[in-house]
Order: sequence, then structure tokens, then C-alpha cells
Amino acid sequence: MNIKFPKITFWRVVFVIIMVAGIYSTYLRFFHGLGASTNLSDQFAWGLWIGFDALCGIMLTAGAFTLLAAVHVFNVESWRPIVRPALVTAFLGYLLEVFALMFDLGKPYNIWHPLIMWNPRSPMFLIGWCVMVYTSVMALEFLPVVLKRFNFTKPLRIIRMLAAPVVITGVIMGVIHQSALGSLYLIVPGKLYPLWYTPILPVLFFISAVAAGLAMTIFESTMSARHFNHSLEKPVILSIGRVLTVVLIVYGVVRFHDLFKTGNIRYALSFGYESAMFWVEIMLALFIPIALLVVRKVRENPISLYFVSILVVIGFVINRLNVAVTGMEASSGVHYVPRWTEVSVTLMIVSGGILAFGLVVKYFPIFTHPHEHRAPVGGAKPASMPPSVLPATAR
Amino acid sequence: MPKAILYDATLCIDCKQCEAACAEQNKNPYTDAIGKEQKTSDHKFTYVSDTHGDKYMRKLCMHCLDPTCVSVCPVGALEKTKAGPVTYDESKCMGCRYCMVACPFNVPKYEWSKAIPRVRKCIMCPDRVAAGKPTACAEACPTGATMFGDRDELIAEARKRIAAEPGKYVPTMYGLNEVGGTSVLILSSVPVDQFGYPKAGRYNKPLPPLTADMLEHVPQVVTIGWAVLGGVWWITNRRDIVSDAEKKDVKP
Repeated sequence: MNIKFPKITFWRVVFVIIMVAGIYSTYLRFFHGLGASTNLSDQFAWGLWIGFDALCGIMLTAGAFTLLAAVHVFNVESWRPIVRPALVTAFLGYLLEVFALMFDLGKPYNIWHPLIMWNPRSPMFLIGWCVMVYTSVMALEFLPVVLKRFNFTKPLRIIRMLAAPVVITGVIMGVIHQSALGSLYLIVPGKLYPLWYTPILPVLFFISAVAAGLAMTIFESTMSARHFNHSLEKPVILSIGRVLTVVLIVYGVVRFHDLFKTGNIRYALSFGYESAMFWVEIMLALFIPIALLVVRKVRENPISLYFVSILVVIGFVINRLNVAVTGMEASSGVHYVPRWTEVSVTLMIVSGGILAFGLVVKYFPIFTHPHEHRAPVGGAKPASMPPSVLPATAR
Repeated sequence: MPKAILYDATLCIDCKQCEAACAEQNKNPYTDAIGKEQKTSDHKFTYVSDTHGDKYMRKLCMHCLDPTCVSVCPVGALEKTKAGPVTYDESKCMGCRYCMVACPFNVPKYEWSKAIPRVRKCIMCPDRVAAGKPTACAEACPTGATMFGDRDELIAEARKRIAAEPGKYVPTMYGLNEVGGTSVLILSSVPVDQFGYPKAGRYNKPLPPLTADMLEHVPQVVTIGWAVLGGVWWITNRRDIVSDAEKKDVKP
């Protein structure tokens, strides 16, 4: 008998603890109800599972439709090498979001109801459809990778023919989904704190999703390069960094123009819980990253770009939590802090996502060598990118 | 003729008969302890507030004419019936709780302690209303503080009362214009916001257009998006095909 035990490492122990806690929380959620497993109440009906799992989770997948549009529609050939990892992130992100909804929905087995029970006036209805269509589109876009992996190439031709409509549908659904998440909060003018409530919330959600999605792409490419031991596409990362700078500035201008136009900026100048959280968000998501990115040295160094992208991601995560939690507290009259079970389910889903990403990268050609880059769909030319890559060991 | 409830707080004596009748009608438990609960919940759809001395106030679903909950429900589980009541179909509900977040009056409540929870709220006794009977609370009210009838007639009656004793009432009838009008109208000698209602005039227009107007743009976004992205794709793709063909021509 020669049973090989997996090596015990710190992260594996952490992973097992998270999974065990998560499974116990899952039991509490489904057998004892939302009351026993969350700190939600009649006053505060949406918490961490909507604020983080849904709003942040979907926001962080926005790199996919941004890169898909850039590469497949606008022909930004140099970005092609990172489309596939972004697509995998988004695809997993959407699957995990559906999984997370199973916890948050009171009757998860009715999740398919928007298919046949329509209410086109509801942003939630629109979101349901976006999730379904976009997830299917991403499955179609990812299918060629799977088919090629198993040498099952016949259906590829059909998928290639569908490539353009599929990509365009995906991009449009992605954009609509991000804005629809912002539209959710248009209905609560009297409840959401004025620092976050604005009629242009859908636009803000869309622009910030693009920023956070690009930042996530930089973060992820750098992490993956280090962890999975392949080379980092330095020029790609740098050019994404430049675009990120522009998007952040656009977001800042739109956001502050709106705050000044509505006069709600005055709430930011008073001392209080909301204004403090507002400034934390603005500093991390906007002011510090922009101040750093306008410095050429920072912008053209992949390592510093990596740290800036972490700031941007954290900043916009705080933005979404501010909309979903901080901004809704005062009007509800309660202070919401998630229960440990809520946190543990979220941690379980996030770690499951990281594990799944690792497995997909291990078994499928996601990070292909620059010379072999081929379109996941579309049958466009292989990238003619110079092999100027930063070896993973150099960092 | 759409029906409505008129609650005249000045006639209310805090006997809580409406609470008991409501509990019986909706098969909710009702005990002395529940009678003392000063909030609506999954087992109590209406209550009489008695925190302001001899000034009382009822709280129940307002049955808005253009209800926010109905407009946000992704599956149409909540419905505004022609007769007036806003009803709930638990078999459609998937439990997203958007209605609870969106309702300007914080009316929908949830069965947090159940594994398979429902949204709970006053549904204005739709079966009784359909049978031509008043709601359980209106029928039980011994003083006429809660009246049931045609909305137009109740508005006329309320106006008559305000005109007859101008000093007695807050001059505006709550629910006449709030969120575009509600099927529950309130007359009171003190402003209702003292009892946790949104200030009179806080929302003078229906809320649903706030999201619905935005969603009307979706077909436009899809068509324009398709046209623009499709056009760009066609141009860039065409350029590739042409340059490929040219290359082949140069060195055959």
C-alpha cells in the first residue's frame, strides 16, 4: 500500500478550513434559513451576498467584455494573449455568481422563473436575463478551447461562423448587465445616501466596472505569471495600464461633475460615517491610483502597475459595498455587519473560484505561448506580437 | 371602481380590533404579546402605534396606485389588481427581496426563520373585496376610523371632514399624491412622519419610472450597440481579408 498524501502547505490548510466552515454555513443556510445564517433583517434585506458576491463579483469580470470588444471588434491585436484568461475569469465569475445566488435567494429553486415570468420593468429581471445570455455566450466562446483540447474539431467551424454575433452579443450583454446593477438602486432615492444616489448610477457602474475589470486583468496576469510560472506579457500589461489611467480619469470627471451638479458634494465635506467611507473609496479607487499612474515611471513598470491595480480593485470593491451597505444603513435605522456564516460562504465561493481558475489553467491552454496565439473564436490571424516578454523569474 | 381604505387617526381608540381581525383573516397568530408588538412583521401585517399618547396611527401596506414593489419584482409575483389590492403570489416568488429594498414605506416583510421563506404583507383581503365585502380591519373597526369603499368617494369624504373641522387635521390627506397616490388614505392631527412614514410630499411622483425609464433604453442600446460593434467588426475584418488577399497576390 502506497497512498500518496498531498503535501501539507499553509494555503492548503487555509483552504480546507475555509471549505469546512463554508460547508457548515451552507448547512445552516439551507436547513435553518436566512435568519439563522445571516444578519439580514426586515430593515436590511440585502447584505454581503448581494453587495460583495453579486455587485463586486460581476464588476471584477468586466475585463472580459472590455478585452473581447478591443481584440475581436476593434482589432487591438496586441491584447490578444490576455483575452483568454480574462474570459476564463468572467466565465467562472458568472458561474460562481449563480452559485452564490443560490444562497441569497429565499427560494433558489425558482431562479429560472424570469425565463417564463416576465416583468421587463424590473432591473432584476434584466439582470437575470443578462446572466443567462452572457453565461451562455461565454460558454460558446470558451467551447473551442475545450473542443481543441479533446481534438474534437468538427463543431469548431460552426462556432467560428457564429463568432462575430456571439462576441458582439456578449459585449452588449456585459455592458447592459454592469449598468443594470447600478439601475437596481435608482428605485431608492429616499434610502440610498446622496453621496451614492444619482440618476447616472448605471453609467457610473459601467465605467467603474471597465476600470476595475482592467485593473483585475493586470492583477491576475501578474499573479498567474508568478504562480503558474509562465512569462508575463509586459507590453500588454503596460498598454492596459495606460488605458486604465484614461478610464479612471473619465470616471473621476463624470463622478465629481455629477456630485457638484447635484450639490451632493456637500455631504462629502461633513464629518460622519458616510463621508469617511466615501473618501476611503475615492482615495483608493481614484486619487491615489491616478496620482501614481500619471507618473511615467510608475505607469511603465509592471510591478508598480500591479500594486496600483490592487488599489483600484479594492477601491471599487469598497464603492460597491458603499452603495449596497454603507449608503443604505442610515435610512434603514440599523447597522449591518455580516454574520460569520455570510463571510464564510463568500470566502468559500472565492476560494472555490481561485481553485477552479487554477485547474482550468492547468488543464487547458489558457496562457499560450505568444507565438502560438490563436483566437479563441473568430479565426482571425495569429497575433503578430514581438516575443518581448518578461520572464516570470525576473521579478 | 378601485377600492381603498380611509384611516382617520382622530377616530382611532387603539382597541386593536383591526390587528386581531387581520391576524384571523390571514391565519396569523394573535396573542397579547403580539398585540404589544409595535411593528409589522411576517406574522403581523398591521399595527396601531400607541407611542404618542392619545394620538394613534395605523401602519399597513399602502397599496400604491403604481406600486414600487410590483415594478421591481423580476417575476411578477406582486400584482396590483384592478380592484385596488396589491397581491402576492408565493409560487412565483424566487426570494430576491428586491421588493423589500425598494418599497418606500418598508412594507414587505420576510420569513427569516423559515427554510423556505415567503414575503409577507397586507394584501387588502382580495377575496373579501372580490366578494363585495370590506376588508377584515374595516369591518372590525368599532369607531369607523378605518373605512372601506371606493377611492373617489373616500377622498370626497376625507375632504369633507377636513373642510368641516379645518383645525383638527393636518390639511393634506396622506396617500392622495404620495408616490402618485395610494389606496390607503390617512387623515391625522399630527404629521404622519412622526410615526415612521416618509414625510408628506417626500415622494410626489410614482417611483417605478426611475428604473423603468432607464430600462426602456435597453432595446436602443442593443440595436445601436449591434450596429456600431457589427459595423466596426465588419470594417476591421474586411481590412484583414483584403490585406491577406493582397499579400497572396504579391507573391504567388
